[in-house]
Amino acid sequence: MNSPVLKRRSSNSKLVRLLVAVLCFIFAPLSHAQSPAIAITHAKIFTLAGPPIEDGTLVIREGKIAAVGTQVEIPAGAQVIDAKGLQVYPGLFDAVTQMGLSEISAVSATVDSSETGAFNPDVVAAAAVHPASEHIPVTRAAGISEVISTPSSGGFDSAGENGVVGGQASAVHLAGWTIDEMLIRKSVAMVVNWPQMQTRSFDFNTFSIRERPFAEVKQEYERRVNELGDWLDRARHYAQAAGQNALSQYDRDTKFEAMIPVFRGDLPLLVFANRAREIRGAVEFFDKQKLRIVIAGGNEAYAVKDLLRSKKIPVILRAMLRLPPEEDEPYDRSMTQPAELAKAGVKFAIASFDNSFARRLSQNAAAAVAYGLPYDDALKAITLYPAQIFGLDKELGTLEPGKLANVIVTTGDPLELTTDVKYLFIHGRLTSLENKHHQLYEKYANRPKAAE
Amino acid sequence: MRPAFILMRAVFLALAVSFAVGATPSDAPPVILIQNATVLTISHGVIEHGSVLIKDGKIAAVGQGIKAPDGAQVIDASGQWVMPGIIDCHSHIAVDGNVNEGSITVSSIANIADVLNPDDRNIYYDLAGGVTAANILHGSANAVGGQTIVIKLRWGQPAAKLPFEGALPGIKFALGENPKRSNFNVPGPRRFPVTRMGVEEAIRAAFTEARDYKKKWDDYNKAVAAHEKYLFPPRRDLRLEPLVEVLEGKRYVHSHCYRADEILMLLRVAKEFGFKVRTFQHVLEGYKVADEIAAAGSGASTFSDWWAYKVEAYDAIPYNAAIMTRRGVVVSINSDDAEEATHLNQEAAKSIKYGGLTEEEALKLVTLNPAIQLGIDKRVGSLDVGKDADIVIYNHHPLSAYAVVQKTLIDGRVYFDRERDIAARADLEKERRALVEKEKKSAPAAGGRSGGRGRPDGKKPDETKPEEKRPDEKKPGGDKPEDKPKPPSFFPRGGAL
Repeated sequence: MNSPVLKRRSSNSKLVRLLVAVLCFIFAPLSHAQSPAIAITHAKIFTLAGPPIEDGTLVIREGKIAAVGTQVEIPAGAQVIDAKGLQVYPGLFDAVTQMGLSEISAVSATVDSSETGAFNPDVVAAAAVHPASEHIPVTRAAGISEVISTPSSGGFDSAGENGVVGGQASAVHLAGWTIDEMLIRKSVAMVVNWPQMQTRSFDFNTFSIRERPFAEVKQEYERRVNELGDWLDRARHYAQAAGQNALSQYDRDTKFEAMIPVFRGDLPLLVFANRAREIRGAVEFFDKQKLRIVIAGGNEAYAVKDLLRSKKIPVILRAMLRLPPEEDEPYDRSMTQPAELAKAGVKFAIASFDNSFARRLSQNAAAAVAYGLPYDDALKAITLYPAQIFGLDKELGTLEPGKLANVIVTTGDPLELTTDVKYLFIHGRLTSLENKHHQLYEKYANRPKAAE
Repeated sequence: MRPAFILMRAVFLALAVSFAVGATPSDAPPVILIQNATVLTISHGVIEHGSVLIKDGKIAAVGQGIKAPDGAQVIDASGQWVMPGIIDCHSHIAVDGNVNEGSITVSSIANIADVLNPDDRNIYYDLAGGVTAANILHGSANAVGGQTIVIKLRWGQPAAKLPFEGALPGIKFALGENPKRSNFNVPGPRRFPVTRMGVEEAIRAAFTEARDYKKKWDDYNKAVAAHEKYLFPPRRDLRLEPLVEVLEGKRYVHSHCYRADEILMLLRVAKEFGFKVRTFQHVLEGYKVADEIAAAGSGASTFSDWWAYKVEAYDAIPYNAAIMTRRGVVVSINSDDAEEATHLNQEAAKSIKYGGLTEEEALKLVTLNPAIQLGIDKRVGSLDVGKDADIVIYNHHPLSAYAVVQKTLIDGRVYFDRERDIAARADLEKERRALVEKEKKSAPAAGGRSGGRGRPDGKKPDETKPEEKRPDEKKPGGDKPEDKPKPPSFFPRGGAL
């Protein structure tokens, strides 16, 4: 038998070529040094850092935005994309998803989004984001270039139990052969599922709806909050010891270790809470703890908007397209909330909190506009604001020189249902819009007529 | 639960209902003219600066330059869009309690018509989304499910006024993962079927019985007609009677399905027994066998872009509606969910982006096509003279994500009016505050408030049925499981138990 090793030995030049190819393959996505500049020309450019630019040019070089404006010189050798009649925006940013962590939500073998147990600060989304997930190309075809992959963020994949401290959320580009190529920042927030006071809940053991008296639910809520407080105290003491280089005196603890950036103020807590009383509870609790938080969910944030504004706490809002949280609220409560929060001066982003419905991100932002949110705010709520909330606005969120070139070129308003994304750049690379759905469309639209 | 609290809940509910009822005129003016609108007729194009004249609940004229008759109420719709009311071909609103009789494989005795709840606030929410009629289905728990009914969303009217007069009733079938209970465990022994093979045989067995039963009655009726003596009628079987109606073409089959192979399976069984499948519901792989569905003359009622919530939805594509339409299938987009129903116009618009349908084809997906599928297209589904005045008015083109429903009319009556809804909010809020104050004053010094959402019937938790009202499938952008008293999506909301 002819061994491949012998073959390679027999041809040194072949081996070198192979090595070069392999090395190129490995390093190409990481290094943009050799890739030519790209110039998008004659486009209407919405930088979100100033007024729209008519007939503008945007230059991408080495993964970043090199220049944007009307008087921009196109570098020699640049690949030019004539975008006459098209519009250019920052890629959309979905701030809460289970992207890469959950494929088919009903099939637990394909779901890695929620760890068991109450306190899991050490688990990191990036460790399990599956770069080959079919959700990634489907989602980016909707113009979404980056997401926060968020562990323990609910949705449909959980077994009904979410830990209290759910793990670290990772910011990822929706392109890359490996997680290393996808990664924007491994850890952008620590997930906390704030305890709920729910008198009715679905009990998986008996497969029935369980109702409990409010007093009992409240007692349990308080117990869980106290447990979280106790645990945070221990974690804080550990962090203090670490700060004094005194850890050698103690057994190392990987969970408490993971909390050190939280106590240092480097990592915000992403606190899932929807009911007004729970948001209020969380805000007051973490205010005492002197920990920086972002509220996720916020179905009734309108009811605590003054508190949120005064404490400068941002909110990642769930889909607007939802029924009112209470029966005595107006029918359009969820749709009018973003306008109300904006008016009250509460910072917020809009996110899908989902995978399959991530592509409804812009549809939801549009619903907020339909019910009173200024258009500019809606667009920023799915681009700049999430970047700001997660401390990624130096890299993302607007089209300004020096930022990562996550850019979409569209046929029109990216919030409209019928707008197409024509080109997508992720980290400066022209990225395929092809996906499983379009491939199946091509295949079956071309099925020969069935025999009668 | 304390009595004061019960009272408060009751008053809230009464308020919510009375407010909305109050928003509806007790008697519709006999003549209404909607004028100066962009009229999307669906059947004969778009009329700019058009008007729709309504007399006695019916459309009397559609066109330009229609003069308001004396005494007519005029609705000025300048800068607005008018189209026929949305018809939702798959809904579970207005149902009192559970939508599934999940205990048996063939639950054709159960009838959704028996449990219509006119006080379900989802009726109002969906009206506010422009829906005027809906196909209210039994859940997908069983291969042969319960009987179904088409309603109009006449919010504020008693249950007896909800059914769509003259619409043929239906029966729900279900294929695939839900009837075979793939994605969840139900306490107790497993129930047949647990495979797609078993689902087919469950349906074949039921129709084999139904055919024999029908023959007994046919023979008996023949004998009666021939004046034979000493006849005994066959024993009535309430489970088989709806299936006999299917065989006689008096009841539509609406079958929940996902995979292409099970769609073909049901077509074969239907052919064997000589009935039609009126609609395939969900039918997410319908695009793979669109020719076969078209050849059988069945309709397809699907989601816009739902996918990947279970294995049988993993090949779902948003191009489904467009491919099936291009292959000659009458296609509709449905909700299966009270919230999704509030923006079916937007869901229809996606078929323009995914598969290139025209605007008119897209709008038909939620108006004329579901009307055809439900056999009510002579009455509703387009703006044509003589049809029911079931009309929705938007502030933008209904295929835009920015369109908001301004008014929804059924039978020429305004059942939803956004302006009136907003105007009533201040009073409602005032009343609510007063009630809360009253509650606070009457609160005893000690003791916690008991479950705010407790059951007025005083049932203990362990008596609660496992299948409280849940739609068939996952809810988009849904809550965390513990947010709402329902299991996560992959538990088919209709329980599929």
